[in-house]
Amino acid sequence: MNCTKCKTKAVIDLPRHNAAFCKGCFNGFVHDQVARAIKSEWMFGKDERILVAVSGGKDSLALWNILLTLGYRADGLYVDLGIGAYSEQSHTKVTKFAEAVAASHGATLHLHTVEQEAGAGIKELAQLIHRPTCSTCGTIKRYQFNRVAIEQQYDVMATGHNLDDEAARLLGNVLHWQEEYLDKQGPSLPASVAGFAKKVKPLYRLSERELAAYAVLNRIDYIVEECPMAKGSKMLQYKEVLNRLETESPGTKQTFYWGFLEKQKKKQPTATTMTEKDRAVLHPCASCSQPTTAEVCSYCKMMARAKTVIPR
Amino acid sequence: MQVQLSHPARTVEVKGPKKVKDLLRELNLVVEAHLVIKGDDLVTEDEMLYDGDQIEIRPVISGG
Ligand SMILES: [Zn+2]
Ligand SMILES: [Zn+2]
Repeated sequence: MNCTKCKTKAVIDLPRHNAAFCKGCFNGFVHDQVARAIKSEWMFGKDERILVAVSGGKDSLALWNILLTLGYRADGLYVDLGIGAYSEQSHTKVTKFAEAVAASHGATLHLHTVEQEAGAGIKELAQLIHRPTCSTCGTIKRYQFNRVAIEQQYDVMATGHNLDDEAARLLGNVLHWQEEYLDKQGPSLPASVAGFAKKVKPLYRLSERELAAYAVLNRIDYIVEECPMAKGSKMLQYKEVLNRLETESPGTKQTFYWGFLEKQKKKQPTATTMTEKDRAVLHPCASCSQPTTAEVCSYCKMMARAKTVIPR
Repeated sequence: MQVQLSHPARTVEVKGPKKVKDLLRELNLVVEAHLVIKGDDLVTEDEMLYDGDQIEIRPVISGG
């Protein structure tokens, strides 16, 4: 199979685009898709400071690499969840990338360690406060990313969510008719109230397979191993189903998620209405002052519970 | 050829020559969820693989 663009030997075929690319043309394709996402969703400009949430996985490291290559000012934040060998390995991968690649662009890496603040790793913490590990993890990551973005005065926070992540989440929300979540499923969420950072997903136009290929081709060393906590999760099941459909009918995932985005854009909720809604229900947490709908935010509630059960 | 698989990590021996596409089908693996790496290089679905090749089939899906 030859490259659709330059006719040399191809290294990857992209059925959903009816194309195949050599390494150089594939990198061009990936960078172009991200540049398009940034522009069409008004994500950020060249003079703005971006905080990239990095996990050591292919998506977030690829994202950091792409943004730096495109000339953006992007620093990283790694949250060490304290999941044994898995966290140790992913931490090493992130540190290595920061030293070998990011540093040469003048970018730095921030670090937050869950165990240091909570007194236990994520798994023990979740057990002690009787909550599912993945939702505990989600709450902590969201909170810490936002906190660092606000404290360090970043203009925007970027995560490595890809087309597969968003299509799977959309499928889950539609299957359970969780319409209230649909408004927040766009790739660019404004900083609706003081204390909330703007959040963007510049990889929403690229599939998981494309990002893995980008990492392999550009020798980005990432953690291939699955998070041990996510095994058998609903998200993984949705992704599997979608990939079966995609293999039979290329383009299914993008038609599903991008089609949804188109519909949302036509309908509303425009940035203003979403901002208005947020302003009506959000106010500062009594304990930490990060915006919340409750008196005390879910992160502070969790930490308060952890303090009562974990001896320090 | 030696084929290295993940989740769980294991190695299987497969008789060549064989196209990437057919190898995946034989192992019952979905194309969209995997990359095939020969030595250090990514290969496309129509690539022919031979006995003696070192192959890794890497899953691309993560939990997020
Ligand atoms: Zn080419
Ligand atoms: Zn709080």
